[in-house]
Amino acid sequence: MAEWIDAKPKNKAAAWLEERLPVIGLVNNVVGVDTPTPRNLNYWWNFGSLAGLMLMVQIISGVVLAMHYTPNTLMAFDSVERIMRDVNYGWLIRYMHANGASFFFIAVYTHILRGLYYGSYKAPREVLWMLGLVIFLLMMATAFMGYVLPWGQMSFWGATVITNLFSAIPVVGDSIVTLLWGGFSVDNPTLNRFFSLHYLLPFVITGVVILHIWAKKVSDSGNPLGIDVKSSADQIPFHPFYTVKDAFGAAVFFAIFAAFIFYMPNALGHPDNYIPADPMVTPDSIVPEWYFLPFYAILRSITFDIGIPFTDVVIIPAKLLGVLAMFGSILLLFFLPWLDRSKVRSGKFRPMFRWFFWFLVIDMVVLTIVGGKKPEGIWPVIGLVGTAYYFAHFLVVLPLLSKFEKTLPLPESIANPVVKAAE
Amino acid sequence: MSTINETIEGEEGATRRDFLHVAATGLGGVGAAVAVWPFVHQMNPAADTLALATVEVDLSAIGAGEAVVIKWRGKPVFVRHRTSAEIEEARSVKMADLVDKQTDEERVQEGHDQWLVVMGVCTHLGCVPLGTKSGDERGDFGGWFCPCHGSHYDTAGRIRKGPAPKNLEVPAYTFLTDTTLQIG
Amino acid sequence: MTMKLAKNIAIALTAVAGLAGAAMGAGAAKHPMQMEWSFEGPTGTYDRAAAQRGWQVYKNVCSACHSLKYFHFRNLADLGYEEEMIKAWAAEYTVVDGVDDAGDPKERKGLPQDVFPSPFPNPEAAAASNGGAVPPDLSLITKARHDGANYVYSLMMGYEDAPADHEVPAGKNYNPYFKGGNISMAPPLAEGIIEYEDGTAGTPEQMAKDVVTFLMFVAEPKLEARHHMGLNVILYLLVLVVVLYFSMKKIWKPVKEGKNFYKK
Repeated sequence: MAEWIDAKPKNKAAAWLEERLPVIGLVNNVVGVDTPTPRNLNYWWNFGSLAGLMLMVQIISGVVLAMHYTPNTLMAFDSVERIMRDVNYGWLIRYMHANGASFFFIAVYTHILRGLYYGSYKAPREVLWMLGLVIFLLMMATAFMGYVLPWGQMSFWGATVITNLFSAIPVVGDSIVTLLWGGFSVDNPTLNRFFSLHYLLPFVITGVVILHIWAKKVSDSGNPLGIDVKSSADQIPFHPFYTVKDAFGAAVFFAIFAAFIFYMPNALGHPDNYIPADPMVTPDSIVPEWYFLPFYAILRSITFDIGIPFTDVVIIPAKLLGVLAMFGSILLLFFLPWLDRSKVRSGKFRPMFRWFFWFLVIDMVVLTIVGGKKPEGIWPVIGLVGTAYYFAHFLVVLPLLSKFEKTLPLPESIANPVVKAAE
Repeated sequence: MSTINETIEGEEGATRRDFLHVAATGLGGVGAAVAVWPFVHQMNPAADTLALATVEVDLSAIGAGEAVVIKWRGKPVFVRHRTSAEIEEARSVKMADLVDKQTDEERVQEGHDQWLVVMGVCTHLGCVPLGTKSGDERGDFGGWFCPCHGSHYDTAGRIRKGPAPKNLEVPAYTFLTDTTLQIG
Repeated sequence: MTMKLAKNIAIALTAVAGLAGAAMGAGAAKHPMQMEWSFEGPTGTYDRAAAQRGWQVYKNVCSACHSLKYFHFRNLADLGYEEEMIKAWAAEYTVVDGVDDAGDPKERKGLPQDVFPSPFPNPEAAAASNGGAVPPDLSLITKARHDGANYVYSLMMGYEDAPADHEVPAGKNYNPYFKGGNISMAPPLAEGIIEYEDGTAGTPEQMAKDVVTFLMFVAEPKLEARHHMGLNVILYLLVLVVVLYFSMKKIWKPVKEGKNFYKK
């Protein structure tokens, strides 16, 4: 359990403030000189701060874009073009925000994969993990609504497909969809409320991020060995070691981010979104942005109903099953600390687990590819296999591994044998 | 109070501001400062707004004694083609009679004295004075009359009676030709 | 299968995922001809002469049916045209602006701040004049189509006789680069329909190349500014990466050597 170290700043003004509102002490204890952190963190540990940075990039660029954007179906597309052409540096801020969403997800997906590999979700970090999942769900809602705002063809039709999913809910489904739309189809009321919520949710995310960091402070950072800190020899102060390492990582990350913004700003997008929305014309293929593709694949993979065999009675229609599978794939992760009960946290000491971890990564990449394809030919079968593996991984493989896996012996401590004995 | 038993320092033992770390921090800071500018500048007028920063007026359609209202930068501008009688009236006013002392010559351009170009915004509280359209009330001095609080302007757009403190503002304008006026 | 192989498969598949995005589905249009463009690549710029000729092509040929609603006459300044020239071109067109005292729409001559007027008052009129299909607005066409520049060029040059087994409906034209093969637009470019002001030969290939350069400029007017700023930003970041790297290594040296920072 992390102890709190009281800061007494030498500077008089700082000490005056600290007595009244201990912000300096707060920073010190979270990312400062008084934050003991495992000395063995590797670069996979950079992605939490990178995600936090991207949240700030999105909020700043988003608030600025909102100064010029009009959330009305008659003017939305035009207002975005005005930003691109007439607003000073508008093109820069728009491309920053659009590509920023992708980079936010790149950082978060890597951060989640780190968590999966190193057992960061295991006791005592279960709540930390779940707060992270809440952030992820909020991010998905925010990104979904944000993509609707330019009111291109993909904006409109993506919104139509995804909001229509809620009609799969029995009894109340259609009413819910009408409530979401504010009308009888995706139209101006929908756009306007999506703008309002898209502006709001990032601040809700910020609140949950604060809780997430708080939970992390309570349970202390994990580390690549997955073993607890045994003594202070295992630790080094966050500042300056991890501040400079995070800064280095951020510079590298932003260099890649800049390469996209300045040289391939539309590579991650879809050309159809440069066509103004037309409710009368459906695009050739409706696809969400790349970061939603695996979930889109899971959604579309269930094409069979569950019913009473040898009768026409349908208990759960395919559409509802697909929706349940899609949401289930994320809700499942809330139970991960209880599905995977291995006492060993890190994949480094779990040879069998490691194999299945990489199978899961391959599975997610395959599902991403499937999500971008039209549901014809071999793709639906591959999608179904991929979905089946995903659920089997968490519901069957991990629990079995917890019971039967022979783990490797854990090292004595983080510091051993690196640290010379303290004098 | 930190539990660190040794400060992070160089081998020599004394705390040294290492040039490398200062350089790194400085470089990062410069980058951050430069990065701020686009986010500030985006609030400045955009290209389409700036395109409307000037407006051209065809004067050939405005006969002597007539006036038009032009919208410029979102506000009304009065362009009046004055008759020689109106010009003389403006020039014969004594400085002592004026609230805001300006001669008629100061408020028009040499060689184009018949053209009076003033902002159609009353200097009291911002209403649009009457007197441009034919049939409008022009007030006691033949120029404009503001119905809101009763300010009277003369044929040079100067305040003569009423609560307004200053003469109608003369914006920047140029004659591209004798019949083309550019405001702004 | 080794762990290393499994990891490599994962990485390779991620790369394939990127490429797979570009792959075509069944019944797709012919892959566009790959041309060389002055604006391609990180150092791309707009060939001003080509773009100016392209403006001539758009103005004299395409604008009969296609609008360019996000393009203002004042944008021509970025192509190197003088203000007088721009005012003159704008003045060739009439624009509706406000209403007169009777409540009827008032017309005036175009000004540089105006958008290029649409040939049709609304989509319905556009469709009626074009066999039921609305000629799309061209302001964003090169960004609204996959591999847009090459696509538009191929479309212009791609008209040919339909193969024996392909039936072309009445009123349509065969073009293998168009999805389905049947495009409503008749071949727009023919030898000699334009005499270029700068004397360049007005072959269909030349006109197609030039109009694509112009349309790319219309779709992405900030391309050159973007490339220029990108170079500065990335160079700065690379320097920062290097400086931070060495700063980091220096700071971490004692840790790597096993130094202990806390009392036991």
